[in-house]
Amino acid sequence: MKRRRFDWRARAIQIGFVIALLLLWYYLGRSGAVSSIFLPQLPRVAEKFIQIVQSASFYNNLAVTLFELIVAVAIASLFGLSIGYLVGRSRYAVLVFEPLLAGIFAVPIIVFLPLFMLFFGIDVESKIAFGATYAFFPIVLNTIGGISQVDPRFITVSRSMGANERQLFRRVLLPAALPVIVTGLRIGATIGFLAILGSEMIAGLRGLGSRISNLAEGMNTAEMFAYIVFVIILAGILNLTLSTMQRRFDEPRSAS
Amino acid sequence: MSDAVISGTRIETGSGGRGFLLRNPAAARLGVIVLALALWELAGHTVLDPNFLSPPSAILAAMPRVLGEPGVRNALVASFLELVTAFVLAVVLGLAVGLVVGLSGFARRATLPLVLLLYSIPQVTILPLFVLYFGIGAGSKIAFGVSHGIFPIILNVVAGVQSVEAAHLTAARSMGASRLQTIRRVVIPHTMPSLFTGLRLAMSATLLGVLLAELYVSTGGVGYYTRIFADSFDPPATFTLVAVLALMAVVLNEAVRIAERRASFWRMHR
Repeated sequence: MKRRRFDWRARAIQIGFVIALLLLWYYLGRSGAVSSIFLPQLPRVAEKFIQIVQSASFYNNLAVTLFELIVAVAIASLFGLSIGYLVGRSRYAVLVFEPLLAGIFAVPIIVFLPLFMLFFGIDVESKIAFGATYAFFPIVLNTIGGISQVDPRFITVSRSMGANERQLFRRVLLPAALPVIVTGLRIGATIGFLAILGSEMIAGLRGLGSRISNLAEGMNTAEMFAYIVFVIILAGILNLTLSTMQRRFDEPRSAS
Repeated sequence: MSDAVISGTRIETGSGGRGFLLRNPAAARLGVIVLALALWELAGHTVLDPNFLSPPSAILAAMPRVLGEPGVRNALVASFLELVTAFVLAVVLGLAVGLVVGLSGFARRATLPLVLLLYSIPQVTILPLFVLYFGIGAGSKIAFGVSHGIFPIILNVVAGVQSVEAAHLTAARSMGASRLQTIRRVVIPHTMPSLFTGLRLAMSATLLGVLLAELYVSTGGVGYYTRIFADSFDPPATFTLVAVLALMAVVLNEAVRIAERRASFWRMHR
């Protein structure tokens, strides 16, 4: 935030826009101009939302999706960080492997989803594998980028001052690369979340995504809207948590 | 990856001593790809179940059969057209919105948070709504592609417009340039590099959106065939489709890259 002064007019326009949208939704639904299958009435969605949050099946679905996300990100981090570190330490390995990994990431991995279903089944395993695959690439690419872009003078200086490999890692490489790596972890977690939701929607038995697509198939739009609202809130919380974490890691750098 | 995918057809080893590989990382890269393919081929003949994953040679052999099917060809053409339509729409709309949002400081402060708010919505969750509103045909795929592709363009155009140096704007104005001339001669050229970054991101995002919608519900597009092939345990056919789609992605990415080089040639000579 460069601007210290709070811009009331801009904030008013933002809030006004959101309120206008909600009012439009409310009155469109009440007037009956739009079928409630296409646009369920706002009060009904709110009602459903409260019902959902009180139901047990909702917490089961939420737990499944969060579990998938955590396992997927853990697997992706394990492989992404270690491979990224090994590749990033050697200039030559970076030249060989970085374009390969970046290239694979440029291919829409979503086209492989049917294969994931084939290998890992239709339940949570395939979602974890798919989410981990998607999350792996930003993590490994940022780790390579972070480690390999450490100023070589820092390494030379610390070597000439007698640092051993472990000290070099702990005191020089890690602090210098951390902001970039953490950004990779954040992007990886976000993309992994989207990949898991998407694969649940396309074919799944449990989880928030498959719940939404079940409701859509049943034309149960009011409840579907309520679920969508919840997932959006969940994504917002996830984003906020991750960017707060990231800001923490950025601080020492901006202070120097 | 272009290599990883295409190289099924060109297996030529950059053989030579250690020194050669050390001097040529690209040759080493090719070597890694060839090695991976060779391992895959070997595994395909020994441990892998052919119902799940077939060796590269089987995939190559299946290509003519799969691509010979008129339904598959039509599906590929249809998906390509959906992708191109969605991309063009995303660029036009994104550019318009981006310029409106970016050109005035106030507009940016007021509306950019709204754009970011929309962008932060996990779009897969609203995929059923697109199907509900635009049907199960090409409409929903195009609309979903646009909704994925438009944000990178808006954000990069806004960032590009923001990066124009105030001194340049003052200079243009003091030399008597009108507002339109300023935009045409100063702002747009300055926005170019950032815009092209946006175009490249938008291309892969649009492809993602179109494919997601295809896989979610499809009556004859690529998504339909990917499903059919996977469900009927025909991995060579699936891989063929995947390879063609990947090739499509690579070609389109390269097209944007070439356009970028053309449009911002003046940057190279600085």
